[in-house]
Amino acid sequence: MAEPQTASRKFDVAIIGAGVVGCALARRLTLDGAQVVVLEKAPDVLDGASKGNSAILHTGFDAPPGSLEQACIARGYREYLDLSEELGLPILKTGALVLAWNDEQVAKLPSLMEKARKNGVEDVEELDRADILKREPHLSETVAGGFLVPGEYLIDPWTTAHAYLLQALENGAEVRRDAEVLSGNFDGAGWTLSTTAGPVEAGQVINSAGLYGDIVDQRLLGQSSFKVTPRKGQFVVFDKTAAALASAILLPVPTEKTKGIVVCRTIFGNLLVGPTAEDQESRTDASTDAEMLQGLRDRGIEMIPELEAQEVTTVYAGLRPATEYQDFQIQYREDQAYVTVGGIRSTGLSAALGIARHVSELMGAEARFSGPLEAPILPRVNALSNYHERDWERPDNGGIVCHCELVTRREIEAALDGPLPPATLAGLKRRTRVCMGRCQGFYCTGELAKITAGRFKTPIGDKK
Amino acid sequence: MMRRDTDIPETCDVAVVGGGTSGLALAAELKRLGIGSVVVLEREQDAGGIPRHCGHYPFGVREYGRLLKGPEYARRNVEAAVKAGVAIHTQTTVTALHPDGELSLSTPAGVCTLKARRVVLCTGVRESSRAQRFVGGERPQGVMSTGALQSLVYLGGMRPFRNPVILGSELVSFSAIATCTHLGIRPVAMIEEESRIVARPVFRPYLMMHQVRLFTGARKTRIIGRDRVEAVEFENASGALTHIETDGVIISGRFRPESALLRASHLELDRGSGGPAIDQFGQCSDPAYYSTGNLLRPAETSSWCWHEGVETARNIAEDLSGSAWTVRGSVSLTISDPAIRFVVPQRLTLTDRPGGMTQMQVGLSAPVQGRMSAKSGDREIWSARLHSRPVRRILFPLDPLRTASLEKTIELSVSRRG
Repeated sequence: MAEPQTASRKFDVAIIGAGVVGCALARRLTLDGAQVVVLEKAPDVLDGASKGNSAILHTGFDAPPGSLEQACIARGYREYLDLSEELGLPILKTGALVLAWNDEQVAKLPSLMEKARKNGVEDVEELDRADILKREPHLSETVAGGFLVPGEYLIDPWTTAHAYLLQALENGAEVRRDAEVLSGNFDGAGWTLSTTAGPVEAGQVINSAGLYGDIVDQRLLGQSSFKVTPRKGQFVVFDKTAAALASAILLPVPTEKTKGIVVCRTIFGNLLVGPTAEDQESRTDASTDAEMLQGLRDRGIEMIPELEAQEVTTVYAGLRPATEYQDFQIQYREDQAYVTVGGIRSTGLSAALGIARHVSELMGAEARFSGPLEAPILPRVNALSNYHERDWERPDNGGIVCHCELVTRREIEAALDGPLPPATLAGLKRRTRVCMGRCQGFYCTGELAKITAGRFKTPIGDKK
Repeated sequence: MMRRDTDIPETCDVAVVGGGTSGLALAAELKRLGIGSVVVLEREQDAGGIPRHCGHYPFGVREYGRLLKGPEYARRNVEAAVKAGVAIHTQTTVTALHPDGELSLSTPAGVCTLKARRVVLCTGVRESSRAQRFVGGERPQGVMSTGALQSLVYLGGMRPFRNPVILGSELVSFSAIATCTHLGIRPVAMIEEESRIVARPVFRPYLMMHQVRLFTGARKTRIIGRDRVEAVEFENASGALTHIETDGVIISGRFRPESALLRASHLELDRGSGGPAIDQFGQCSDPAYYSTGNLLRPAETSSWCWHEGVETARNIAEDLSGSAWTVRGSVSLTISDPAIRFVVPQRLTLTDRPGGMTQMQVGLSAPVQGRMSAKSGDREIWSARLHSRPVRRILFPLDPLRTASLEKTIELSVSRRG
């Protein structure tokens, strides 16, 4: 099922890029009856923009009304709520508070609420200082005002995307990793793609290459209608004991460029502060720097003074594939059997299912392919939420290997032996949360090296 | 879901959380003192703690009268406990501490609870992670603590890299060099933020011996490399950039108590030490809980922890024996100078009960040359010369504080010379 390296199979659709959007597209089109192959240039899926984000399921309340982004978020959000039950994807229903910290920001609140209502998010509710501090007793008393968006939730960004792709795989799709698309030829009937993992034939091509969206368009079409300018976001993750300091997702009043610095729990039980918004040329450099991280920590403490006493668990940076346009860049070139799904800058996780629906409709997928699957297979999903039952609470789990995140041997073995095995330690972390906790591998690295021996391209250690 | 692992009892006299040096020494001593059921809960597959993967000398000289390597020392500690009648349960994780000595556990068979008359927290220390130090740059594979390196090298016989750099210059950073050479790994550099090495200067020649270049006063250290470590860069005080090609980074030292359980519990935490607030008997804010070993403060030698465990066992045995003593009150030791990072114990229980610690341990956050003094109200009740640095063992007698005090707090401060 996973990754047979046969070039002979002719696919209906080749999806370039296995980020959350590519994974959602693979699921949608497979369920629509298409024979799908997903081509990922990295050794593992979710290795680009989808690697690091704030893990929020947005309602789209602050998206530009009438935009494609807003439409995709709204649709994606609704489908996610249904699908999460079907697939067993955990949701932490926290709601969000949009907080104003000065008079200028307070003055913007009515128009933001108006915008939310225009976007179909009708249940926003204005709160005064006292209401806010009652809901969030650890918040700094300097907060000036705000409103509640009850439908903003927290989700697991990796298990979610893996589940989309797994459902595609279970129902006949293939994923090829280490498969960078180098060039392609369209002969009027279909595409032949040249990749680092050999040639691939497909009737239609979808470019969901995220940070490399413009490059893939150039390689296959000879031109791109946008340019990706990666926007880096750094995050600081505080210890699980800090999660008690915030109930809702705490959002600032957004600017044109960015949603601003968020303080929220994670579904894994931590507290997160970020992201920064730093435009850069590099599509790979997701580096952090001490000054920015210190700045985030300080901002977190300004908002929640008790954070000062909390330990940092980890830091990371993600790259958002921003373009010169504010809206998503989704275009179907029917004559070239080619769809570009570009510029999915910071709401890809929330919008992915909506984007997939939109693309499916653009392509007329249900009619074009063999028709919707009647009883699609559901993948087995291992929920990693700190707020739901975990494997360590169940019998015969093989014992806990990662003590900070309470990851069991059975969970690790299931990931290694499953239909989408990780090719890297980073991939295993995303699938199980090993090494993601307080000690960052101090205790479990030795044991993990033994369990994963022979499994990774770059082993944790090699035998002398 | 709630299947009880038949091995683990529902109740016991003393439950020891953590089967490292101090926990094992304490448990064995409790049995020798006649305590009925003593249970050690160890989350790893084998008990023994950190020394299990310290494949170097010197361990055990005071405890066993012999010079041992870590793994042999750990084995002897386990054997001594088992021989004394301690029940050691490995792969048993304590997931929560509840009031009055009730513990939530996870075992390979599922979850269960254990109620103990006394619980002793012996969860030890670990090194601070890269993230906790805000070491910037990319996040490639091949960045790890000394502890992780040691478990790879000594328990797995595996090499994660060939020519790493070492961040930090504490005693453990030198131990990292020893670990490396065990498997033919050759560290290329040691990088320290301070202007001099943190370990005692006597260790410095060790660097030359192993051809490890030393860089002090390093700032803005960054790790470079997308999949594997390729280089490390840092600036000196004047902003000049140094670039060192390397394939790994060892993040060493800056020990901190492994206090996850404690932080999530009802027990009082001391921010300075990072461990529980205890009195001179090792008793926590909930009298059903005690603590000993490196959870109390970062970080002491195994030998120190072993003896600390034995001493604490005696205090607990006496507590359990029910022999009456009179508590006359309690005094908090408070700190009024930022150069003092912690003092252990944090509290003195005034009682006619004998025993308990005879010394207080002090940790500094900055070098001090001058005197340390204790005030009760406006009155100075004690002072002594203090000439030391961070990450050094500093001990002062507790008796002057114990006898002098009728106030609720004793304030510790330093005065600098000149």
